[in-house]
Amino acid sequence: MGMGSGDIITPIVIGIMLGGLYALIALGLSLVFGVMRLINLAHGDLVVLSSYIAYALLTYLGLDPVVGLVISIPFMFILGFLIQRYLLGKGFAVSSETPLIIAFGISLVLQNLNQILWTPLSRGLNTSYTHASFFLGERQFPATYLLDFAAGIIVMLALRLFLTRTYMGRAISAASQDKRAAQLMGINTNRVYGYAFAVAMGSAAIAGVFLGMTFPFTPTSGTSFLTIAFGTVIIGGLGSMAGTFFGGIILGVFQTMGGYFLGPASQMLIVYVLVLLILAIRPTGLFGR
Amino acid sequence: MSDDIVLRMKNVDVFHGTFQALWNVSLEVRQGEMLALIGANTAGKTTLLDAISGMLHPKSGSIEFLGKEIGGLDPYRIVELGITQVPEGRRVFPDMTVLDNLIIGSYAGIARRKKPENLKIVHDLFPRLLERKRQVAKTLSGGEQQMLAIGRGLMAAPRLMLIDEMSLGLAPIVVDEIFKVLEEIRKRGITVLFVEQNVNRTLQEADRAYILETGRVALSGTAEDLRNNAEVKKAYFGVDSCEVKPGGYGG
Repeated sequence: MGMGSGDIITPIVIGIMLGGLYALIALGLSLVFGVMRLINLAHGDLVVLSSYIAYALLTYLGLDPVVGLVISIPFMFILGFLIQRYLLGKGFAVSSETPLIIAFGISLVLQNLNQILWTPLSRGLNTSYTHASFFLGERQFPATYLLDFAAGIIVMLALRLFLTRTYMGRAISAASQDKRAAQLMGINTNRVYGYAFAVAMGSAAIAGVFLGMTFPFTPTSGTSFLTIAFGTVIIGGLGSMAGTFFGGIILGVFQTMGGYFLGPASQMLIVYVLVLLILAIRPTGLFGR
Repeated sequence: MSDDIVLRMKNVDVFHGTFQALWNVSLEVRQGEMLALIGANTAGKTTLLDAISGMLHPKSGSIEFLGKEIGGLDPYRIVELGITQVPEGRRVFPDMTVLDNLIIGSYAGIARRKKPENLKIVHDLFPRLLERKRQVAKTLSGGEQQMLAIGRGLMAAPRLMLIDEMSLGLAPIVVDEIFKVLEEIRKRGITVLFVEQNVNRTLQEADRAYILETGRVALSGTAEDLRNNAEVKKAYFGVDSCEVKPGGYGG
C-alpha cells in the first residue's frame, strides 16, 4: 500500500458516509456530556448492547433490524432513564467524579454480560439489503453506508428539533447552559437528566442497528466505538448536535484518507493526530460554543 | 391583617455547610407590596432569596407561602406554587433565543397554559424583547438581558417575584426603566421582593424594607421610616456615598 494507489473519490465518499455512522454513535455521548458534564464511558457498550438486541430479534424472531427499533428504542430509552435515576443520579449526589466511575462499571458489566449471553464470537446483522450496493456514476458502494449516512442526518435533525421545539428539549438545553437558572425556572433537573440520558440511549439503539449492519461486532467492540465517538465529539465540539454530525464526517474522511495514503493498518493514525491537534488548538471543537 | 400576608418566614436558620448564613430570620411579605431587602455583601440577602426559592433548605424555622409550609421543598415545586426568582447576574440562557428564554420561563405547572397571555404581557412591558425575539440571548446588552430575565420570570405566572440585584452594572437610565416596569408588575397584582445594594434608591422605590446584617434582621419598617432613621442615615447615607460597598456582590 502506498501513496495514491488509484481512485481518491471512492474513499472520500465512503468517509463521508461512514462519518454519518460515527456521528450517529457519538450523538448520544455528546448529548449526555452537554447536559450532565458526564463522559459516559459505557456509551460504546450500550450501543453494542443495542446491536446484540437487534441481533437477537433478527435471529430468534426474524425481525428486520430497522423494524426491531420499534422494540429496542423504547427498551433503551427506559433502560437509560433507570440508569440515570438509580445509578448515575445517586453518583452525582456524592461527587462529580463518582458517575464517571459508575459509567466505567456499567461498561465492564455490559461487556461481560454480552460475553455470557452471546459468546465472544464476532456477530453481524445480515439482511437482504446489507449486502446490496449502489452506484454513483462508475463507482460502486455498499448500500448500508448510504443508510448509515441517512440515519445520521435524520437522528441529528430529530435531536435538534427535540432540543429546540419541545418543552422537555428546551429544559434539557436550559439545564445544560445554566443549571441554577434552570432550577429557578421550575425545571426539575434530576428529571431532565433522566430524560436526556434516556433520549441519548434511544439514539444509541439506532446507532447499534446501523453499526451492526455495517461492521461485525464482539462483546468488547464498545471500547473501540467509544474511542471513535470520543474523536467525533472532540472534533465537532461537545454538546452541539450539528457539530457532532460534522465531526463524524470529518473523522470518517480523515480515516479513509489515512487508509488511502498510509495503508489500512495506519488509517486511524491521522485521525488521532487530528484529534490531538484540535485538543491543543481549539479544545471546544470546531463547532463548539 | 394576616389575610394579606403572602409569605411568612419565622425564625429561619440557614447554613452553607457548617457556616451559618441566616440567624433566626423572621420576615413577612404582604400582598401587592414592593418589599426591599437591604444589606452589605455577605449579609445573607441572596441566601434568604434562595431559602424561599428552595435552592437552600432551612435547618430550622418555617417558611409559609399562602399559608402552606414550603421550607424544604425542591425549587421546581416552589416555582409551581407561584414564586419565581430573577437571579443575580441575570443568568439568561446564553445560547437560546430571546423567545426560547421566555418560553422556558413558562415550563412549570399552570404557566404553560398561560403562555400566550403571559407572552403578550411581557411584550407589552418590554417591547424591545419582541423586536429581538429571534436573537440569541448572549448578544443582548446588559439592560436587555435584565429585562429578559424579568420577562422570563413573569412567564412563570408568579404570585411573588424575587428579584436579586437587578441594577448591578446597569446605567441609571436603564435602572429607571426597569423600576417603572416593576411598578407595572405590581399593578398586576404580583408581589415583589427585591434585593438591592443602592440603599438610597431602594428606599425611594420600596414600600417597606428589611435591613440584614451578617445574617440577621437588623431593622425593618416602612421605607419612609427607614429613610428618616438615624442609624440608617449614619450607616448608609454617611459621608458622601449612598452605596454600600459599591461594585461588590451580595452574599
